[in-house]
Amino acid sequence: MTLTTTRSANEPGGGADPAVAPPAHGRRRASPARLLDTYGSLIAIGVIAVVLLVWAPSSLSQFRLDNLGKYCALALASMGIGLAWGRGGMLVLGQGVFFGLGAYAMAMHMKLEAAGPGGVPDFMTLYGDGTMPSWWEPFRSAPFTIFAIVALPAVVSFILGYAIVKRRVKGAYFAILTQAMAVAFATLLIATIKQTGGFNGLNTFSTVFGHNLFDPEVKRNLYRVAAGLVVVFLLVLWQLYRSRYGELLVATRDAEERIRFLGYDPANIKLVAFVIAAVMASIGGAVFVPIAGIISPTNVDASASIMLLAGVALGGRASLFGPVLGAIAVGYGRSTLSETFPTQWTYFLGALFIVVIVLLPGGVASLWPKLRSRWPSPTAETPANGDHDVDRSQPAVPA
Amino acid sequence: MRNRSALRTAAPLIAGLALVASACGGDDEATPSASDAPADTEAGGSAAPAGTAAAGDICVEGDTVKLGFLNSTSGPMAISEQTVRDSLLLAAEEINAAGGILGKQIEPVEEDGQSEPTVFAEKINKLLTEDGVAAVFGGWTSASRKAMLPVVEGANGLLFYPVQYEGLEASPNIYYTGATTNQQIIPAMDFLASEGVETLFLAGSDYVFPRTANKIIKQYAAELGIEIVGEEYVPLDSDDWTTQVAKIAEAQPDFVFNTINGSSNVGFIKAYDEAGLGADNSPIISVSIAEEEAPAMGVDLTGQYAAWNYFQSVDSPENATFIAAFQAKYGADRPTSDPMEAAYTSLYLYKNMVEKAESFCVDAVNASSDGVSFAAPEGLVTINGDNHHIAKTGLIGQINADNQFDIVWSSEGPIEPDPFLEGYSWWDPNQN
Repeated sequence: MTLTTTRSANEPGGGADPAVAPPAHGRRRASPARLLDTYGSLIAIGVIAVVLLVWAPSSLSQFRLDNLGKYCALALASMGIGLAWGRGGMLVLGQGVFFGLGAYAMAMHMKLEAAGPGGVPDFMTLYGDGTMPSWWEPFRSAPFTIFAIVALPAVVSFILGYAIVKRRVKGAYFAILTQAMAVAFATLLIATIKQTGGFNGLNTFSTVFGHNLFDPEVKRNLYRVAAGLVVVFLLVLWQLYRSRYGELLVATRDAEERIRFLGYDPANIKLVAFVIAAVMASIGGAVFVPIAGIISPTNVDASASIMLLAGVALGGRASLFGPVLGAIAVGYGRSTLSETFPTQWTYFLGALFIVVIVLLPGGVASLWPKLRSRWPSPTAETPANGDHDVDRSQPAVPA
Repeated sequence: MRNRSALRTAAPLIAGLALVASACGGDDEATPSASDAPADTEAGGSAAPAGTAAAGDICVEGDTVKLGFLNSTSGPMAISEQTVRDSLLLAAEEINAAGGILGKQIEPVEEDGQSEPTVFAEKINKLLTEDGVAAVFGGWTSASRKAMLPVVEGANGLLFYPVQYEGLEASPNIYYTGATTNQQIIPAMDFLASEGVETLFLAGSDYVFPRTANKIIKQYAAELGIEIVGEEYVPLDSDDWTTQVAKIAEAQPDFVFNTINGSSNVGFIKAYDEAGLGADNSPIISVSIAEEEAPAMGVDLTGQYAAWNYFQSVDSPENATFIAAFQAKYGADRPTSDPMEAAYTSLYLYKNMVEKAESFCVDAVNASSDGVSFAAPEGLVTINGDNHHIAKTGLIGQINADNQFDIVWSSEGPIEPDPFLEGYSWWDPNQN
């Protein structure tokens, strides 16, 4: 790590702006191999884009495409976990909360669309006295809903994150706090049946932003939005990981005290990652709802949060592609294993987790560098200073 | 070296491609048929999942008819829903042995709802659009039914829901073979009134069914002159009832109306027993403790009550046959309960509906469903073609030392279903 040699020490958060080309990269870029590495990731993102956006819509049935769309929505949340946990060392056990904020914001808007102008969602008449709480009212507006999907998790995660990381809460304590948040959130939803639909959640939608949800073309477009966002956020993270901020984040994860001694405030660095991860989870939740047609507390509670985390661990938490592939693999595994073995599938999924975590602690994405290290390299290059995506799959300080 | 670097970057991608490719590998044969599936072709579709009806078309080709059995076999609801799955499989076996439906053998397609509403929505979509089943049987919690409702309506499929529920619903694509409120809650209140009950305490899970049931109970209690002396809720999966039971002990009601769901009952009954309350000084009437649950409470429940439409103790030749067949298949120690009987009945009702319509097409089945009946273990049940519920007899049972129910009260014959309580002048849905 040669990241701080030229930067002023009191600049908090360092190069959070990816446009500032860090000097460290300037030197690395001189190597043709690094150039190819750079393009390698881009090519990989391109191939994923082709598979998700061209091949899948033309080859899959509507049902399978909807499912893949749901996995993509979960993958957005997983990529955020990859950033906060894999790169930032923060074991976020409560991402379901932020997934839920986006999902419920979207669901509230769609519920109000279904109720018509001035209408009240059906469940409020069924379970309550037919009056709508005033905080529902702004969600009639589509622009406000989209704004809320981004702003709500950003504000909540900033306040929570600020309170937690500024006090230097980390490790297991951080994990327990975030998990408690997920439990509290699900309990709150279940207890407020007249305001949020309770355990039933929100469903029975008709349109999304004026488009008929039963129209196959609309369904395909919803899928395209989910898959497109995965590609966009892969590019965003790729850029973020190779920026100076990305370097700082990894450095904070591996040696927080050293970063502090160098004059940075690790809390700010971690806070940025936590907020970005929350916003990504929220966007994932928002695209999940119109595809799945339902959101309920079981999708946002502690076990749903852990399921997200398990996908990230399976795929490889610190790699760029690991969380995406892990989320899709877990989603696909749940769907397909339960279709094939309706009564025993949980054992298979559990066994899969155990095998991967025992044999490949860095996730599936760490398989290739592991295999490669068995063969003698023709050059003196060591994996330790290799590319940006794979070599950090093993944090020096486990979360 | 260049190649290696690039390859290294691409490695996770290759693994991912393999995953994505395998994710779709199983679909190759399904794709062409799915692209014909009506759910894909029509907004708010009017076509049946089993195919669009033309003249003389019965919507199912070949010697078999696929039926979807969608129950939770994992998650917290599995313990209850597995019993429904068992009786559905028994009914399918019996019908197949007797020649099938319209001469076609039933081919069950089993799916696991995983106790999650979202999964129920996904699985019923899969059954209707990928597998092309003629009808789906299952669901337990109201959340699972609410999750399946828009999907089964969107695909114009059929769902048979076998559990007593909170009413206020009637979908053209769902048949409700469990009780609605005027067949279980209201008879239970009539029973309490006939017992001279003056004060009542409501204890329920924090969930749609108890909330709605209690809304109805409170309005009917006002009509009957019964005073509600307390109302407490605890989350579905919570076992701690200590504080709430203390309030019951303090209020000293004549009766407790228990709308607690699932395993939370165990915590309630335990706290109840520990507070020195029991059948002798503060009896409970329950709407979700049946033969299956009673022995699992860990406390002797002798003398407590339950309101259902079927008990294993119902004395009829049909019930004797049902119990004998069930225990022959699954073991002599297995009890039979109301939801199991309602599920068993639902498959036979479907058979009778299809054979009356001479078609598996959803619209044809719906058109001729009114008045279709079946001599069920609980007694004769008849479908109401308007609201898709069935007429059932209301029963009150008292638990005996064998964890069986002695029937102590019965409605005068089957009660016509009235899910929206339109025939009850005291009911005001907007009053809380």
